[in-house]
Amino acid sequence: MLALQRKLFRDLWLIRSQVFAIAMVIAAGVGVCIMSLSTWKALELTKDTYYREYRFADVFASLKRAPLGEMQRIRAIDGVRAAQGRVISGANLHIPGFAEPITGLLSSLPQAHELNQLVLRRGRYPDPARSEEVLLSDALADAHRLNPGDQLAAVINGRYRTLRITGIALSPEHVYQIAPGAILPDFKRFGILWMPRRSLERARDMDGAFNDLVVQLSRDADQARVIREIDRLLMPYGGRGAYGREDQLSERFLREEFGQLKTMAYLFPLIFMAVAVFLLNVVIQRLVATQRENIAALKAFGYHDREIFRHYAELVAVIASIGILLGIALGTWLGKGLSNIYMEYYRFPFLLFSLPLDVLLLVCPLALLAALGGSWRAVKGAADLPPAQAMRGELPVDYKASWLEKVGVTRRLRPDTRMVVRYLERQPRRALIAIAGLSLATAIMMVGSFQMDAANFMVHVHFDVTQREDVQLGFTEPVAQKALGSLRNIEGVRYLEGYRSVPVRLRNRQFHERINIQGLQTDAQLQKVLDIEFRELRLPPAGLLLSERLAQNLRVRVGDLLQVEVLEQGQQKVQIPVAAITQQFFGMSAYMNVDALNRVMQEGRTFSGALLQLEPGTEEGVYRELLDMPRVAGIGVRQAMLNSFNDILERSLLTFTFINTILGGVIATGVVYNTARIAFSERARELASLRVLGYRQGEVAYVLLAELGILTLLAIPIGFVIGHHLCAFLASQLQSDLFRVPLVLESRTYAMSALVIVVSSLLSGWYLWEKVRGLDLVEVLKTRE
Amino acid sequence: MAKPVYSGGRHFQSRLTCITENRWRLTDHSYNANVWNAGMVHMDREQVFHAEGLTKVYPMGDLEVKALRGIDLDLYRGELVVLLGASGSGKSTLLNILGGLDSASSGEAWYCGDSITSASLETLTEFRRRHVGFIFQFYNLIPSLTAQENVAIVTDIAANPMPPLEALKLVGMEARANHFPAQLSGGEQQRVAIARAIAKRPEVLLCDEPTGALDSRTGVVVLQALERVNRELGTTTVVITHNVAVRAMADRVIEMTDGQISSVYVNPDKKTPAEISW
Ligand SMILES: Nc1ncnc2c1ncn2[C@@H]1O[C@H](COP(=O)(O)OP(=O)(O)O)[C@@H](O)[C@H]1O
Ligand SMILES: [Mg+2]
Repeated sequence: MLALQRKLFRDLWLIRSQVFAIAMVIAAGVGVCIMSLSTWKALELTKDTYYREYRFADVFASLKRAPLGEMQRIRAIDGVRAAQGRVISGANLHIPGFAEPITGLLSSLPQAHELNQLVLRRGRYPDPARSEEVLLSDALADAHRLNPGDQLAAVINGRYRTLRITGIALSPEHVYQIAPGAILPDFKRFGILWMPRRSLERARDMDGAFNDLVVQLSRDADQARVIREIDRLLMPYGGRGAYGREDQLSERFLREEFGQLKTMAYLFPLIFMAVAVFLLNVVIQRLVATQRENIAALKAFGYHDREIFRHYAELVAVIASIGILLGIALGTWLGKGLSNIYMEYYRFPFLLFSLPLDVLLLVCPLALLAALGGSWRAVKGAADLPPAQAMRGELPVDYKASWLEKVGVTRRLRPDTRMVVRYLERQPRRALIAIAGLSLATAIMMVGSFQMDAANFMVHVHFDVTQREDVQLGFTEPVAQKALGSLRNIEGVRYLEGYRSVPVRLRNRQFHERINIQGLQTDAQLQKVLDIEFRELRLPPAGLLLSERLAQNLRVRVGDLLQVEVLEQGQQKVQIPVAAITQQFFGMSAYMNVDALNRVMQEGRTFSGALLQLEPGTEEGVYRELLDMPRVAGIGVRQAMLNSFNDILERSLLTFTFINTILGGVIATGVVYNTARIAFSERARELASLRVLGYRQGEVAYVLLAELGILTLLAIPIGFVIGHHLCAFLASQLQSDLFRVPLVLESRTYAMSALVIVVSSLLSGWYLWEKVRGLDLVEVLKTRE
Repeated sequence: MAKPVYSGGRHFQSRLTCITENRWRLTDHSYNANVWNAGMVHMDREQVFHAEGLTKVYPMGDLEVKALRGIDLDLYRGELVVLLGASGSGKSTLLNILGGLDSASSGEAWYCGDSITSASLETLTEFRRRHVGFIFQFYNLIPSLTAQENVAIVTDIAANPMPPLEALKLVGMEARANHFPAQLSGGEQQRVAIARAIAKRPEVLLCDEPTGALDSRTGVVVLQALERVNRELGTTTVVITHNVAVRAMADRVIEMTDGQISSVYVNPDKKTPAEISW
């Protein structure tokens, strides 16, 4: 080995604690990147494989009722490779020992080779001859510990039925098992049942008919044209508008969530790497400064600039490589863990996790390049060092009278404090670099907990401000106003409001969205609509209210006319102006005054469902009565949704946040520690001289600790500002059709990040104290100057 | 002790040749008349360095520091020259320019007929790599490398080096080959630095106050090592020192005052360091 290479490894060993700190920061960046990217890739690959092997359909449509004979004409559409007419039905489920209502979705069991094949987890398929036998979705089964052989009750079409579970199954159609209209999955309160087709036809009076259609397209089919054809064919049968896979409920949620995962996979490493690179630059610059004379000597011996450059670049490369290797190990381990957490939410039958080679090939060179690029200045500085000057040692600090001293501020300070102020003032660049590092560390800590703050705020606004009902219910068919009377008579119902919900396709030029328009009463108490500034919005007598994201997707503003195509009954096509834009964090919504909506539908006062407020303590009785009502299709309990939401937050988002907070903490500590170390090595000689002059350990340490303290205190507020902007950026990047992430930073978040910085400063301070204690006076004074 | 001879400003023109690395050059050279007068002995010796009117100005804010104010100088193959002068008189600056570490503000300097002052940085690096050995006041050993490895750092890039251990043997440090600089005394470190400088068999050895940080007894050991190298390897050696006694072992003593050469003294009877009373 050449002597210069030896020097490389010895130097690395000498600064090993700094090498470790930087490597950990790089490992954090690379780790998050690999964790998120490998998880994302694994989930995408799993999803694609699942969809392909279990023949997930491309186009979906629901309708009121059409004879099975119509399937001939649908299969004949150009571009349709396979098509099945199914029977789908809502149902209220009842599981013994669980009082709350459970929303069920009944589907006819696909035959072998049909679309949307099931994966049978346990048990056996139902016997077509036995009408009480069903398959149950695994999430609900797991949540209630139901097994083949167990029974449950269902209210189908107003009739109470006892069903027997023969097996537990999964479907590509319900990877994301969420009840229609819900904002998050609730495994305890939503499940899918698959029944042999004959049994379900009979239960729903759908003999020889279908009310749901799934279609597989041939490879080169024109999806939009097929959808138009299907819509045309199904129109007489109450078609509700066909849609592609991209609008399928489960797939849409998956796509949005995977998209967020991908965003995080790029965003967090970017932030982490920026800090790592910054640290690297500072440390290498410092190393070069301490080795100035050695570099000058090497040059005097005839080492070329490029050889010096290579030497320090190699140093960087080795540090970066250690970080990258650690990052790969960490990222793979975390990625596996995270994928398994996601697997609890995404009901895949298998997980295809592997460390993707392309991710490694992307991340590793990028991290290495970033490290080299980031420390370029420092390394180049070493190579460019003019040897004759470097031989003279470090340039003396310019001793101009400082402005602080001129102003007279320092006169009142103790001499040692004055010394600290002078350090900071005379070398503002170093102080600035330290402050930059510390404030970045503060900012990174904020990014971690910001997501939790945002989620909490979203929950608060959604459940405390806008959705104030205790129970929400939907009717099997829209009902006239007088039907609400029977609900009002239920013991325990304190107050109720009806709402109308109409499936429509909103269209503006080429932009369109399928959505339900919610028709609300003018003086609605249980469902509030907020304007952009979170103020309660009074419903105007006419016109559409669109949530911000929906308006953006449709490229419309207040006053613009939207084309509304009703996907129910009358199939009206009308133009309605946008009256206001609303604020909402979950999903997208369109609201309208219920009277105006009824007019559009050319109907009298009609409601699709109702929002109920209950007397406390009467819940169970009310649920039971509601479930017995034939016209009630499904019930949503606000408290239950809230609970499941918090549960999900805790388990998924919190995990991610926790990992990021830990890694942010690693970075923060790394930065603070490095800052302290550098401060010490720069001052070691001076401090030793002070000790020789008779200063006590405490007095000498004070000079260092006060400096670190001042830097930390200056850095924290700056870090808050940077953190605020980082979070704003993150929030803007995390917008999707499912969520609008608000920029909310609670004081707890500020406090937390400040605390981490202060604690790592204290730890580093302790380290400095120990260093001052161990200061070898003789050794320091023996060497030059 | 012989009387120092004052060196005036007159120049003689002469044609000299240089036999370094088979590169023959025919260049106009001027050299100091008094040197010529005083020591005809140099007439038939090869000229290694030649400088004319070298100046060096450091801008210091509004002021200018004139470190060199017109230096004319010749150095010959195999001679040991001692450079004397008060602190700040420009010795280091001159040495650095001759060694290709620094640039002159005006004037010219040649090494074996090749201009140093107009050479590119790249050429200067090559020049140092092949021909020059440096020794510094503060040893400048690389702390993370052992004595032997510190020598190797130079032999690694030299064309025809001696083994590092052999170089250490020349300065009597072979027993400490595996010690780190921190484990060596100042004098020992400086001897390692000498081993490092000579290991590549340089044509010239430039030493900037090699004994400056040492006590006189240790200084003698170091100087002995330098003298031995000069004698046995025939390396042209320039030593900057404040130690007046050193002049006895020099071929010539050049004294600098205020950026100029104030005197050149040719030592008629050169002594070995051991003979010198310190
Ligand atoms: N980089 C520099 N910037 C400004 N002045 C310098 C620099 N290097 C040397 N000098 C000045 O040039 C003069 C000669 O310096 P130097 O050659 O080091 O003297 P010596 O080695 O004889 O003590 C001194 O006055 C010194 O202060
Ligand atoms: Mg000097």
